[in-house]
Amino acid sequence: MAETTQAVQVNPKRGMKKSTRDSLIAYSFIAPNFIGFCVFTLVPMIFAIALSFCNWDGVHPVEFTGISNFVALLSDKTFKAAFVNTLVYAVGTVPLTLVCSLGLAMLLNQKVKCRNFFRTVSFFPYVASLVAVAAVWNMIFSPSMGPVNQILAGLGVENLPKWAAGKDTAMLTVILFSVWKNMGYYMVIYLAGLQGTNPELEEAAELDGANKWQIFWNVTLPQLKPTTFFVIIMLTIASFKVYDQMYMITQGGPGNATMTLVYYIYNVAFVNTPKYGYASAVSMVLFVLVLFVTIIQFKGSSNND
Amino acid sequence: MATTAVKEKTGSMKAQHIVSRVLIYALLIIVAALMLIPFLWMLSASFKLNKDVFTFPIEWIPSNPRPQNYVDIWTKIPLLTFIKNTAFLTIVVTILQVLTSSFAAYAFAKLNFKGKNVLFLGYIATIAVPWQAYMVPQFMMMRSWHLNNTHLAIICLQAFSAFGVFMMKQFYEGVPTELCEAARIDGLSEYGIYARIMLPLSLPAVSTLVIFTFVNTWNDFLGPLIYLTKTELKTIQIGLRMFISQYSAEYGLIMAASVIALIPVLIVFLSLQKYFVQGVASSGLKG
Repeated sequence: MAETTQAVQVNPKRGMKKSTRDSLIAYSFIAPNFIGFCVFTLVPMIFAIALSFCNWDGVHPVEFTGISNFVALLSDKTFKAAFVNTLVYAVGTVPLTLVCSLGLAMLLNQKVKCRNFFRTVSFFPYVASLVAVAAVWNMIFSPSMGPVNQILAGLGVENLPKWAAGKDTAMLTVILFSVWKNMGYYMVIYLAGLQGTNPELEEAAELDGANKWQIFWNVTLPQLKPTTFFVIIMLTIASFKVYDQMYMITQGGPGNATMTLVYYIYNVAFVNTPKYGYASAVSMVLFVLVLFVTIIQFKGSSNND
Repeated sequence: MATTAVKEKTGSMKAQHIVSRVLIYALLIIVAALMLIPFLWMLSASFKLNKDVFTFPIEWIPSNPRPQNYVDIWTKIPLLTFIKNTAFLTIVVTILQVLTSSFAAYAFAKLNFKGKNVLFLGYIATIAVPWQAYMVPQFMMMRSWHLNNTHLAIICLQAFSAFGVFMMKQFYEGVPTELCEAARIDGLSEYGIYARIMLPLSLPAVSTLVIFTFVNTWNDFLGPLIYLTKTELKTIQIGLRMFISQYSAEYGLIMAASVIALIPVLIVFLSLQKYFVQGVASSGLKG
């Protein structure tokens, strides 16, 4: 029986089952991306896990050392600083960027003139070259000559902040920079989310005499819950991966005040004597952090459905 | 009596409306200023002598504009080489990324085949893995193939992303399947459907992916920093950074080079941005 049904499906032209031929066509669509993806992403990922249990300087043979890299991490002061700083950066940037981007999206969702202009302007820092804008930022916030401190001095502020050069203000400087640079992107995501909200609900609330703030808080914001959730997850993951901002504004300093996990991975692997195994162990910590957030996202989005 | 009360009420509502309008515009102008000031300051400083860059109050339009900075910068560093390198890498990566991603996304969205769900799950799972977590072994692998200090390494690194496939798939799923069915009945092959129907329809998604890939590759820092150590191979970001650390007091030149580094991204962004919100909205990036 089964053979006869199969025989019916055989394509007379190629002598091949139709489903097999369909699969082959589909694979031909996927292959270019998938092969590149496997070789350059999947293989190194697996390699990274293996390497975290080894010692390797790139010259001598790889040496399996079990969990000793992870044990060493526990007593590594720089690693601890990097870990804590990464979390501090996340706690600083995520809520601030969220509030700013949501506020901006609410403003731009009104019927205003030059909406496109404002939207483009807000988005521009996100696409601008990090090296270039970090260079301006460094000059504007230069402790001795920068216009920000000149203005503060003009306002009579004593003890002018040392911004990127100060132990206590370095992280703040980077956080402010990140919020400024990235809020436009999340604003666009919120604008997209706002397109999906139901304006009739807001009109109904207005007829019932609710003021603007009540409408925002009780009608609009609940409808944006999936978007907010997504933005929080994206922001958190992005802040765990932060590195370039520090490299260009503070060089991880002063001391280790703005050293982050990725910065530390880079230093261990590519500066001084390379310790690839140890760097991979730090990478695993980063991976677990991001994985943790992703699992939350997965659970959260399946609840939303 | 009742009519005057209504009149008063509408009057106060009108006043309230005007106040809220003014407030909205005031806030928008403040935000726009905060966003633009660093760029204006950059542009203004790029036309100044080093000693004039930090004069206070800020001289927005320099009294003695010095376009010489824009001439000197080309001889101070091999800026043209950096720009050529970056343009080459960015264009190749963007083309490969859009083609391979949309190609694969079509299969995931509209075709049935064995192992579809498993393969797609594999893609999704790796989106969450940060590149920084496997950049070290990736570098070791590339070095063992003698690909360090080649542009090919950067292309391989950037051209095949799971993110692009995911984004395009989300968009293609919104295209009615009946359209493909009709084309199939008309005798179009799957490749024909992809090229003649799906790709032209997905202009907003493609534009979004082009903006993202172009911007990411043009502005990429860590990848070229690790892979490209020879000056003649460096990208504009690495070259600019090298210049900043070598000549940290050449403020005017640094700003001129920064302005030059920003222009290509500005052009691409401005020419594609009308598709952007639509692209973000339709491609599921909003979650």
